[in-house]
Amino acid sequence: MARRSCRASATILDPDVQVTVMTNTKNGNDITLQLDAMSKSFPGVKACDDISFAIESGEIHALLGENGAGKSTLVKMIYGLLRPDSGSMKFNSKPFTPEDPRTARAQGVAMVFQHFSLFDALSVAENMLLSVENEPISGISDKILSLSELYGLTLSPDQIVGNLSAGEQQRVEIVRCLLQKPQLLIMDEPTSVLTQFETEKLFHTLRQLVSEGIAVLYISHKLEEVRHLCDRATILRGGKVIDTCLPAEETAFSLATMMVGSEIVAPVRKQISLGQQCFRISGLGVASQTQFDTALVDINLSIRKGEILGIAGIAGNGQDELMLAISGESRSSTGEIWLEDQRIDGETTNERRRRGLVFAPEQRNGHAASIDMTLIENALLTASVRKSLTRNGIVDWDSTTRFAEEIVDQFDVRMPGVKHAARALSGGNLQKFLIGREILQAPKMLVVNQPTWGVDANAANAIRQALINMAGEGAAVLLISQDLDELLEIADKICVIHAGILSEPLSPETTSRAEFGLLMTGTENSHSVS
Amino acid sequence: MIDLSSISLVTLFASILVASTPILLAATGEMIVEKSGVLNLGVEGMMIIGAVCGFIGAVKTGSPLVGAIVGMTGGAILSLVFAVITQYLLGNQVASGLALTLFGLGLASLLGTEFTGIRPPPMPKLDIPILSDLPVIGEILFIHDPILYVGLILPPVLWWFFRASRTGLIVRAVGENHEAAHAIGYNVRMIRVTAIMVGGGCAGLGGAYLSLVRVPQWTEGMTAGAGWIALAIVVFASWKPWRVLLGAWLFGGLSLLQLNLQAAGVAIGVEYLSMSPYIATILVLILLSSRRYRHQAQAPSCLGKSFHPTL
Repeated sequence: MARRSCRASATILDPDVQVTVMTNTKNGNDITLQLDAMSKSFPGVKACDDISFAIESGEIHALLGENGAGKSTLVKMIYGLLRPDSGSMKFNSKPFTPEDPRTARAQGVAMVFQHFSLFDALSVAENMLLSVENEPISGISDKILSLSELYGLTLSPDQIVGNLSAGEQQRVEIVRCLLQKPQLLIMDEPTSVLTQFETEKLFHTLRQLVSEGIAVLYISHKLEEVRHLCDRATILRGGKVIDTCLPAEETAFSLATMMVGSEIVAPVRKQISLGQQCFRISGLGVASQTQFDTALVDINLSIRKGEILGIAGIAGNGQDELMLAISGESRSSTGEIWLEDQRIDGETTNERRRRGLVFAPEQRNGHAASIDMTLIENALLTASVRKSLTRNGIVDWDSTTRFAEEIVDQFDVRMPGVKHAARALSGGNLQKFLIGREILQAPKMLVVNQPTWGVDANAANAIRQALINMAGEGAAVLLISQDLDELLEIADKICVIHAGILSEPLSPETTSRAEFGLLMTGTENSHSVS
Repeated sequence: MIDLSSISLVTLFASILVASTPILLAATGEMIVEKSGVLNLGVEGMMIIGAVCGFIGAVKTGSPLVGAIVGMTGGAILSLVFAVITQYLLGNQVASGLALTLFGLGLASLLGTEFTGIRPPPMPKLDIPILSDLPVIGEILFIHDPILYVGLILPPVLWWFFRASRTGLIVRAVGENHEAAHAIGYNVRMIRVTAIMVGGGCAGLGGAYLSLVRVPQWTEGMTAGAGWIALAIVVFASWKPWRVLLGAWLFGGLSLLQLNLQAAGVAIGVEYLSMSPYIATILVLILLSSRRYRHQAQAPSCLGKSFHPTL
């Protein structure tokens, strides 16, 4: 596993990166933003506690920390979305107290949000106009074109943003920031939705920007990226600054340890023993229902007992549609779905559950869990069939409570109590509960979509370990994930889905990340484009 | 015997313009509100408040134009109640809108008790020289009162406003994604409250037009569902100003044709004819929800959702 991640980092790096990093780490640069003893409390929690550090011009400064470490609160204070309780900021040596994002922008702070703050139904140019108040409407298209040419961020101003890919949408966000001529650019998890290729392009752009004297505050969970991109890193834990270090001199492991404050246990895969075929899809097709979803075309896959099959791909390439077709939530598909020797494509979701096929869909809040209901009620929702939690239509609350408590115990879910609403749990704990709920039903097969999205490192490892253990006990796992690292770590075979078409299964040992990247962007099928 | 020749086309078209003005005004107002992401189902209530306030204002001052302004103000003030409930107290928009309709109907009959059976001062006609003397066109288009022209000019103005002006873009942005608009730094609440009040003013003006020009007198419940038709027109029009105009003419025409057919003695039950605008509404909604047209009918994404600025 370690070897694999080394190879991974090698492809991220092009040879001259190291050089750029070295030249950027100049001590004694002008300080763009100085934070001094910044604190902010919310009811019951001190989100930022006496935070001080400085961001220099011409540097990419990483801000690292687990979920809830105070990163986003801090960033919101810099961008004027929150007012600090105490502490002060200086921007270019002048006192800086942004009242709202508009004043922050006017003084030279720009931000690219994690969940894009774009307007899907509006065009690229209209999106830009909304954040540059003093730009005349007529000249905006030319400005966009010249800026996007300058930084190699290809955009066409008249396109509707909702029709663009995630990478293109991010380009819109970046160009929108550049239009404001910022001195500090804040980027919140910019690569989480990007492909390898898009990530490299982004890094190139960022280096070009810092060479012009802009400071970048870079928030990311991806430590390898931080190590290679960022000049310095400030690590937050529990609202406090733990350390400011040079990430190039650290390892991903040491950075992670600083973030978490304890040793991290990476998931371990023991002997893999594959059994007979457990699940098979042949010729599955789903027509697209609206203009925003993807049609699935002739999907074929099969999974054996004890196997973890990964499905890689960029968001919106048919993963959700595939999940819905397998779970039976959408039954307007053609083709066949077989579980062992039973054809199940005509069956309802609960009939499929009864046969031993269980599901953990992507969205914790809303799809997988009903967040205003208690953990007990949430346990009942998917497990009532297999765990016989109802008798003659009447809920057996005692056994349901016991089942919920069993999940909490076995999966180390930290929470105030099973009678509390699901929304009281942190993302990682709720996800552990939801995965545990399915695994403890002793299924023949689990289909899981994005199990570790927005989950902190420890919980993510626990979830991956649980999937591995489940496969070890002879169940089949279909793991749909946009996180290629996760798939490379635990999947036995990986298929890539692009534009609703699924590739042949590939072995993670013999396929390079670049090959996966090409498949994910569909470039391999379109050599004719030059 | 059916005598269709008693229906003069020129008079018919001229009176369609008059008949459609109240719903045109109310529907354009509601379109502005919905573009900002707010669903105000209280159009009927705001219209009838506009009708009664406009009537009282005109009778008391003797000036129908002052009456129209009073009616507009009445509608806007009533919509402010809705704005406070939905934007600041985060009340459910559907329930609050329905309540606004019921409240408006009740309040209007209370205010109007002394004013039933009176005739309001007549609304002056704009006599546009030369144009009004044109044959046919002049008789249809250029013999009307000023408020009707306000209604006619609103759709093109709004088309320009939402398409080319920065303020229009901001209103659309708030309706499409209030979180993002807030993150960029726009005051979502203030923009929405303004939109709601503009919408209320338009509905109030539409109501005043009913009691001052279209009928003209005050009777309880005189809007008789015009507000609901206005709401349907906004959906029918897929939130596009030109189609609102078209929809208002269509529905105004249907309600008028119904009267004319009755007068001409067509042997259809009165009930069927009175139903026809509503049946047309249902048909249009079914048509629009079919897959073929769905992609054209793009509702603002945040329509009806409450916005609470999060931390």
